[in-house]
Amino acid sequence: MTYLSKSPWILHYDATSCNGCDIEVLASLTPMYDVERFGIINTGNPKHADIFVITGSVNEQNREVVRNLYEQIPNPKVVVAVGICACSGGVFRECYNVSGGIDKIIPVDVYVPGCAARPESIIDGIVTALGILEGKRNSPRSGVKEEPPAEIQQGGEAQ
Amino acid sequence: MQLLLFLILGPLITAFFMLLVRKEPERNWIVKLSALGIGVVTVILLLSLFDKGTLYYSFAAESTSLLMFFIEMAIAVFILYLGIKYKNYLVTGLILLQSGLMLYFELVYAHSVDVKYTLFIDQFSIIMALIIGIIGSLICVYALGYMKDFHAHHKELPDRRNIFFFIMFAFLSAMFGLVFSNNLLWVYFFWEITTLCSFLLIGYTKTEEATSNAFTALWMNLLGGVGFAIAILYLATQTGGIMGLEALLASGKALVLIPVVLIGFAGLTKAAQLPFSSWLVGAMVAPTPVSALLHSSTMVKAGVYILVRLAPIFQATFSGYILAFIGALTFLLASAIAISQSNAKRVLAYSTIANLGLIVACAGIGTYEAIWAAILLIIFHAISKSLLFLSVGTVEHQIESRDIEDMNGLIMRMPKVAAMMVIGIAGMFLAPFGMLISKWAAIQAFIDAPFGFIFVIILAFGSALTLFFWAKWMGRLIVVTLERENLETKIDSNIWIALVSLAGLTAITCFIFPVISAMLIEPFLLQTYGNVTRLSQDNIIIMVMMLFLIVLLPVSILLPQRKYRHLTPYMGGMTTNTDLSYNGAIGLKRDLKLSNYYIIPWFGEVKLQTLGIYLCTGLIGIMFVTAAYVGVIV
Amino acid sequence: MISVAGVVVFILLSPVIGGLIAGIDRKITAHMQGRVGPTILQPFYDVGKLFEKEMTVANDTQRFYVISYFIFMIFTGALFFAGGDILLVIFALTLAQIFLVLGAYSANSPYSHVGAERELIQIMAYEPMVILAAVGMYVVTKSFNVSAIASYNQPLVLFLPGIFAGFIYVLTIKLRKSPFDISTSHHAHQEIVKGVTTEFSGPTLGLIEITHWYETVFLLGFVYLFFAFNPLIGIVAVILVYLLELLIDNASARVKWQLVMKSSWMVAAIVGVVNLAILYYMGVG
Repeated sequence: MTYLSKSPWILHYDATSCNGCDIEVLASLTPMYDVERFGIINTGNPKHADIFVITGSVNEQNREVVRNLYEQIPNPKVVVAVGICACSGGVFRECYNVSGGIDKIIPVDVYVPGCAARPESIIDGIVTALGILEGKRNSPRSGVKEEPPAEIQQGGEAQ
Repeated sequence: MQLLLFLILGPLITAFFMLLVRKEPERNWIVKLSALGIGVVTVILLLSLFDKGTLYYSFAAESTSLLMFFIEMAIAVFILYLGIKYKNYLVTGLILLQSGLMLYFELVYAHSVDVKYTLFIDQFSIIMALIIGIIGSLICVYALGYMKDFHAHHKELPDRRNIFFFIMFAFLSAMFGLVFSNNLLWVYFFWEITTLCSFLLIGYTKTEEATSNAFTALWMNLLGGVGFAIAILYLATQTGGIMGLEALLASGKALVLIPVVLIGFAGLTKAAQLPFSSWLVGAMVAPTPVSALLHSSTMVKAGVYILVRLAPIFQATFSGYILAFIGALTFLLASAIAISQSNAKRVLAYSTIANLGLIVACAGIGTYEAIWAAILLIIFHAISKSLLFLSVGTVEHQIESRDIEDMNGLIMRMPKVAAMMVIGIAGMFLAPFGMLISKWAAIQAFIDAPFGFIFVIILAFGSALTLFFWAKWMGRLIVVTLERENLETKIDSNIWIALVSLAGLTAITCFIFPVISAMLIEPFLLQTYGNVTRLSQDNIIIMVMMLFLIVLLPVSILLPQRKYRHLTPYMGGMTTNTDLSYNGAIGLKRDLKLSNYYIIPWFGEVKLQTLGIYLCTGLIGIMFVTAAYVGVIV
Repeated sequence: MISVAGVVVFILLSPVIGGLIAGIDRKITAHMQGRVGPTILQPFYDVGKLFEKEMTVANDTQRFYVISYFIFMIFTGALFFAGGDILLVIFALTLAQIFLVLGAYSANSPYSHVGAERELIQIMAYEPMVILAAVGMYVVTKSFNVSAIASYNQPLVLFLPGIFAGFIYVLTIKLRKSPFDISTSHHAHQEIVKGVTTEFSGPTLGLIEITHWYETVFLLGFVYLFFAFNPLIGIVAVILVYLLELLIDNASARVKWQLVMKSSWMVAAIVGVVNLAILYYMGVG
């Protein structure tokens, strides 16, 4: 049991999302869901973060930004793609101006589908990410994705 | 006594050589030899006389005094001529007044005044001599390299380097004379020579701005000179001809308070205290060696030197408290103004004024603890400030700018000079370096004085202000930007000699200050006050521990380190690197510029200086009135 | 006069005590906000995690500055608990903080730069008050040594009520609590991202965190000095003061730095002059 899973700090970024999933992410921080009891803090600074929580389908301007933020997060790190737009582009998949999902830019570890994803799924996704994070910490090559990403079903149960 | 005479006359001889020599190699050799000679002799002076207490000498009083009077009149005529030529009526009026007073004195009273001893030496004079001899000489060596670059850069200005060095060495001679003189007439003579040297050197470049600032410096210092002259006349007429320092200090306060306050006023003008601070700031147009030698480490120290000498008389008088209050206010206001300045030399100028204000405050309080603090302040300030001025001058020639904002990331472009500047700045406000020790001593001195808590409060606020402007300057220097061209290769070796020596001196004096205190300052205090003070043994040990830590830690940078992954700066996700450029809208490359806080609405020069001028002029008036009350009525 | 035992205890126990205080801080804050909040041991997990991260730096000089900050903060607290000279303690504290500011400056980054400038404004804001607190203690106890001040047999706070109030005022700044947390804070609401600590990451950031614990213990020790005549009352006072700070933190929003600067200076000037003047006239000085 590493400290990483006891104190995961997240960096939340909106990459061309409609803000629906973002509001749900922020709702998780409110007293209703209170993720701080897991030690989760929403830092605005990639250099302090462990978990990169991204929403949105990524347009041109965001490609560089997402990559830049990802590189600035020190290892070990995990990426949680929240919302169907982040997973695969969602309803905007065919549009000319979006890349169609986060994994076109950076490696994603956990996909949390939903439109908008519910706070319970998001929290579940983050908890799964914690397990992956620990795996990366313990494995000799940190930062390299070892297992295939886990998928969270709507309703919040991991496979 | 031969040592004293050598120190006074030696630089004068060098000065005359400097007038004649025009070729660089010869000049370099003569300057370096003289510098070495002066430095060595001051050290010999230290080693042979430090434990001898105060020694008095009578030396050819009559003939020398007459010679001095003639030189004074010649200088007066020269200044009168310049005042008329440049239509500066203030200067013309003041020099007429001053010379008139001295002429009157010479004709009517001179023969009735008998001073037993003309020269003397004690531990405080030794300290001042060391500062003048070592730091002054190093600055002259530095000036060799600096002036070469200066004239290469400014081909439009006439190359009058022979006159420049002539005046520099004549000035050193005058400073030695000042600190070794016991006869107040001699002190006055050397005092006026330093005024003249300052005037000529500020106006060296003969540009309009330089000339105007030179005249400002001249009239303010002449005003002080008038005060000095009135003091001499008062002493001759009202006190029965007391003209020796030792006699002055032995007299009753009521008898000599008025002339002492007048001489103190002269000290205030020379030390550029409010309301006379603008001349020092204006003097920054002069070449850097001038700023370093005259306007930070030596000439302005003459002003505070005389105040510290007279401190036993100021002690426990109301006038003394007012004097201290002037100094404390100057410290507070000048430190505040320094925050709003981005020109490096102006920051240094205001910082000098502020630190001199602190010394004046200690002198005004006049207790033995305060004087201990004052002398420590004099020593450490002279070393650190001259190091800083010399570094700024060197940097200015390489990066062609005096602005602190342009010194961003200097540690990458000029590592050694930037490191020395960091040492200099740290020496000005950080524990365990010298100025901090002195400020600490000042706090303790103020607390024990009656009503001292007002001064402690002012000191607390002032020192917080100094922290701000020094730290933000230091921050600018150590920014790690992209690799840039190293500009240090073109620096003259003479400049390196001076810089490295001063940096070394800064460190060494911090380590050995307990020794300096025990050897020189404490015996002086014992003699003057019958009481000594020092930092407690425990505290000294702790300070030395801190010094070791501070010295060891940077060494760890030099050790081989593992290369860690570098992350780029965070700019909201924009791709950038350490030179802070990024691709903005439409793909245009944009640069981001970071600058320090200057907070001009609060700390602006105009507002605060005006406030200071009004307040301190009023205070000087009160000081004179209370002195008159004690002197005349009581 | 110098107590080695005090030094050892301070160096060994402060991280533990400081971390626990930070944890209790977060727990109580959470309850004030109607949440459950993390465990009390959370700060230790945080620091442990930071040390598990990859060592990344913004440039090669950062680690030097942070390590210097760490060492001199320990020096400050150690000197304080050893019973040394309180003015020297304050100066050592300033030295430590300058290192942090330099570390932030060295990383040429906008948020870090603004954070560093604000940190300097913070230091400028509280420094007069802290020095005046030390001066006030000297005026009453006639000694600058912490050991003498701590063993003074009368409650200092009775002689120095104004100075004590002023010290609590600037304590909010030092503990990085709202409304005066202008340069960095633990909470998420940073308009300048993380301010001073923006460009530090991983183990370096962990070291800064631990240093902040040392600083907290030292500051609470300073508060204790005002009540040192009775250890029990002293500890209760320290706890109450800290709870008060927490309350102020949760009940207020951050103010502009101009207000921090002006109000701190006004408070320091007024309480300094009034309190010290009264002491002098009472004949204590």
